[in-house]
Amino acid sequence: MDNQIKTFWAGVQAEIPLLIGVFPFGMIYGALALDAGLSKGAAQMMSSIVFAGSAQFITAQLVHDSTPGLVIVLTVAVVNLRHMLYSASLAPYLASLPTRWKALLSYLLTDEAYAPTIIHYEKEGITPYAHWFLLGAGFSLWLVWQISTALGIFLGAAIPDSWSLDFALPLTFIAMVVPVLKNRPAIAAALSAGLVALAADSLPYSLGLILAALVGILVGTILEGRKSSPESPAPKEIS
Amino acid sequence: MTIWLVMLLGGLITFGMRFSLIYLFGRFQIPETMRRALHYVPPAVLSAIIFPQLFLSDGVLNLSLDNTRLLAGLAAIAVAWFSKNTLITIIAGMIALFLLQFVFRIGG
Repeated sequence: MDNQIKTFWAGVQAEIPLLIGVFPFGMIYGALALDAGLSKGAAQMMSSIVFAGSAQFITAQLVHDSTPGLVIVLTVAVVNLRHMLYSASLAPYLASLPTRWKALLSYLLTDEAYAPTIIHYEKEGITPYAHWFLLGAGFSLWLVWQISTALGIFLGAAIPDSWSLDFALPLTFIAMVVPVLKNRPAIAAALSAGLVALAADSLPYSLGLILAALVGILVGTILEGRKSSPESPAPKEIS
Repeated sequence: MTIWLVMLLGGLITFGMRFSLIYLFGRFQIPETMRRALHYVPPAVLSAIIFPQLFLSDGVLNLSLDNTRLLAGLAAIAVAWFSKNTLITIIAGMIALFLLQFVFRIGG
């Protein structure tokens, strides 16, 4: 028992610096989701049902733009595909756990929980209490995300409409995308997706968004494949 | 589709992806091409959302100087490039939009 609690707290401690960064984001999400037209209940529940920062911001934006539900779900699926990488990467350390543990830890597996956990696992190797570390990191993040969302919804309700708060959503995406534009394939992916999105804006059911995303991903992947330097750093995933 | 159904499906899919390879450990590997393609999801999806927000006004391409969202967005891109800080970028973009709307209200 002692080792379990100790490992749990080590996970919480490793997560603390990330919690400080996540807190204002939860608040911004809460305020913007409300501004985008979600009810208080839906805005709060999204933080526990979906529990994935960037997908939640994107959902809020698409709800604001009256995007059809199926297109929103598809976009969330594409945006969250990266979690399969995290799942693959942590799998060997969690292989011996019962399924209910695997399910719980999978629910808590966000970008911010993954980062400190994989660093810890690679240092420590496979240990009998390893899952308590991810539980500590993941649960503390979950708690902070719920509280900060609630606070954002509370404050967001007090912000007047004349503030054009809806513009903070594209600004959030700009802040996320600019740092990943580190090499030519990433820049080409961004530009091609953006231009296709403009050209295909009048397509029905907001399918232009999906088309643009697929073209951008294809352009980036093909350009990277043509380069002979696979060691060049790939863009960082968004959180 | 109601927002609740969207959230439920989005949540199930997200959980499914997080659970997938932890559950299937040793029985399935992510193909290399997909692994590579995943790096381009953030720039592609985010740009596909950002461009129409900045360049279109009511669905029509607007490259004129009174497109305050485009100008404020370009300012935010510059701030993001140099600061690499999300909060500073959001605040700078909002201030830019405020100032531009103020200027154009007087000028127009």
